[in-house]
Amino acid sequence: MEITLYERALCCSTGVCGPTVDPELLMITTAFETLQKTAGVTAKRFNLSQDPKAFSQNEAVLAAIKADGAEALPLTLVDHKIVKKGAYPSLAELSQLTHVSLAQTETAGTKDNGGCC
Amino acid sequence: MKNYFPQRLALTPYLFFTGKGGVGKTTIASATAVNLATAGKQVMLVSTDPASNLQDVFHTELTNKPRQISQIAGLWAANFDPVTAAAEYKESVVAPYRKLLPEAAIANMEEQLSGSCTVEVAAFNEFAHFLTDPDIKQQFDYIIFDTAPTGHALRMLQLPAAWNQYLDENTHGASCLGQLAGLGDKKAMYQQAVATLNQRQLTTLMLVSRPQKAALVETARAAVELANTGIKQQILLLNGVLQTPNDRPSQAIFTQQQSDLAQMPANLTTLPAYSIPLRPYNIVGITRLKQVLQEKQPTIKLQNTTINDYPDLTSVIADLKQSGKRLIFTMGKGGVGKTTVAVKIAKALAQQGKVVHLATTDPADHLNLFQLDVPGLSVSHIDEKQVLRDYQNQVLTQAKQTMEAADLDYIAEDLRSPCTQEIAVFRAFAEMVAQKDCDVMVIDTAPTGHTLLLLDSTQRYVKEVARTTGDVPPAITELLPRLRDQTQTEIVMVTLPETTPVYESLRLKVDLKRAGIAHTWWVVNQSMLATATTNDCLQARAQNEIPWIEKVRSLSQQHFAVIPWQSDFEQTQLR
Repeated sequence: MEITLYERALCCSTGVCGPTVDPELLMITTAFETLQKTAGVTAKRFNLSQDPKAFSQNEAVLAAIKADGAEALPLTLVDHKIVKKGAYPSLAELSQLTHVSLAQTETAGTKDNGGCC
Repeated sequence: MKNYFPQRLALTPYLFFTGKGGVGKTTIASATAVNLATAGKQVMLVSTDPASNLQDVFHTELTNKPRQISQIAGLWAANFDPVTAAAEYKESVVAPYRKLLPEAAIANMEEQLSGSCTVEVAAFNEFAHFLTDPDIKQQFDYIIFDTAPTGHALRMLQLPAAWNQYLDENTHGASCLGQLAGLGDKKAMYQQAVATLNQRQLTTLMLVSRPQKAALVETARAAVELANTGIKQQILLLNGVLQTPNDRPSQAIFTQQQSDLAQMPANLTTLPAYSIPLRPYNIVGITRLKQVLQEKQPTIKLQNTTINDYPDLTSVIADLKQSGKRLIFTMGKGGVGKTTVAVKIAKALAQQGKVVHLATTDPADHLNLFQLDVPGLSVSHIDEKQVLRDYQNQVLTQAKQTMEAADLDYIAEDLRSPCTQEIAVFRAFAEMVAQKDCDVMVIDTAPTGHTLLLLDSTQRYVKEVARTTGDVPPAITELLPRLRDQTQTEIVMVTLPETTPVYESLRLKVDLKRAGIAHTWWVVNQSMLATATTNDCLQARAQNEIPWIEKVRSLSQQHFAVIPWQSDFEQTQLR
């Protein structure tokens, strides 16, 4: 399966170049890092300032922006169909959409500490 | 020490003029260009200072496209304005998509491309292009760069290496390249830029200094930092050396200059050094630019003048105290004495019982040279490296709450992007302004160019903040309203009684007005007129001051003060 995010213009995908750090972007960055490493899943992110070409080549994305303006972004597409508009999917939604269990950090943290020695 | 005659030296094709603000970088770079072109060479002169005075010097409108200087065959000049560079860059990215994407998408792209990193990256790309373009290299014998004052210039000269290293070490596909699309060919360009800067046969750093302690100390620092970056071929030029003292003020200047030169930092003494004598005239226009580096000088003509009784700094300080303003900035061209005036105001207010904090946004931090042990006065400065580390730590700490260790690398990498520095400095500035544990905050700003970019980012970030979803520190949201509040904030414009500092202050005034920031007071610093010198050279300079002081008088609607040139400045003010 393929999951694709079409995002607003960003200076970098973690958003740390902006005036503030957006925790949601950090969460998405982590989740997509995991998804990209998962077999059977193609996960991609496009943002308007770095990948305008990807936007111009996707009819569904173009139509959504024409209808709702930049408010339509971010768009989440699963196998080329829009499944969420105007907001990032939550971790739970991402898990549901991709059938990949995306661990919460608390668990990851405990696991890390536990596995250390 | 020998005098400086560029046409007699075996110079490299790329020459970088740098030094503390006000040492005469633009003048000496321009005079070098004019004299080399007059000797039959093809010369390109480029200013990379956001507050360039090249146009004033040549009386010619300049843009970022090289233009031939009409009076001199073989001389071309260009002015890199980072804001123009950014606008052109933005258009080059957006233009291909105007027809392909909806309007809202285009607007969103433009908004982001007006953001944090673009201005710096675009200006830097233009600079790197000039440094590496084979056509330019072939067409010109000399490519001369007049850079911004040291702090800013250091950063620019270190950026090719910084970006290059960032691209080398980047393992995640470099998301935080900001607008550096088309990675492959850019990387080659940065590598070549680094190689050009580091080759002794190609590039020379022309360190311009005054024969004065503060300027020499800053020059020494720049020399070391840039040698560490790899620019090892360096020449020291000492501008404004007084030659024949014959009265008390001229003797005082002569003694101070010779003593400061004798105690010059050790790393400078090993460099080839040349001097440029103090001239009695303002070095503006082609004739003067040619003349300043020649052996034969015109005879000095003096007029009969009466000395005016100008108001001094006490009137400014009294008004500031009475107004109860909390934020006082000193602004102006590099080298006009912004720090000196900030120190004088801060000390006076502290001595009158106020709790005063004195701070500087200048990366060169000249405050550390001053004697500042007055009760009620505390001091700080923005350390660019430290604030960057603080910001990186803060973001990483925040990220640790939601991210796995492996993914933290990803953030850490983005945080190493040279773009992040700008954000970090901006946040530190906002926090500095927001400081509440004093009655008065006196802020000595960096030279105009740097300050303009800071004000520019303030306005841009306000827009970005409005649409951000992250946590915005109150210091940032309150910054611009605070700067615009006339009951809280005063900008003291500092200038010298000379052509370029007054013009530059005028442009700054326009920029402040555009940003909605009010200013009332002007201070004319280092006036020779008040010393009643009888030395021909100094007296001629003093007489040249009158029209500029009068101009400030009318510009400021009488809200001005004149500080006489102080012969014992270093002994009484500096550490």
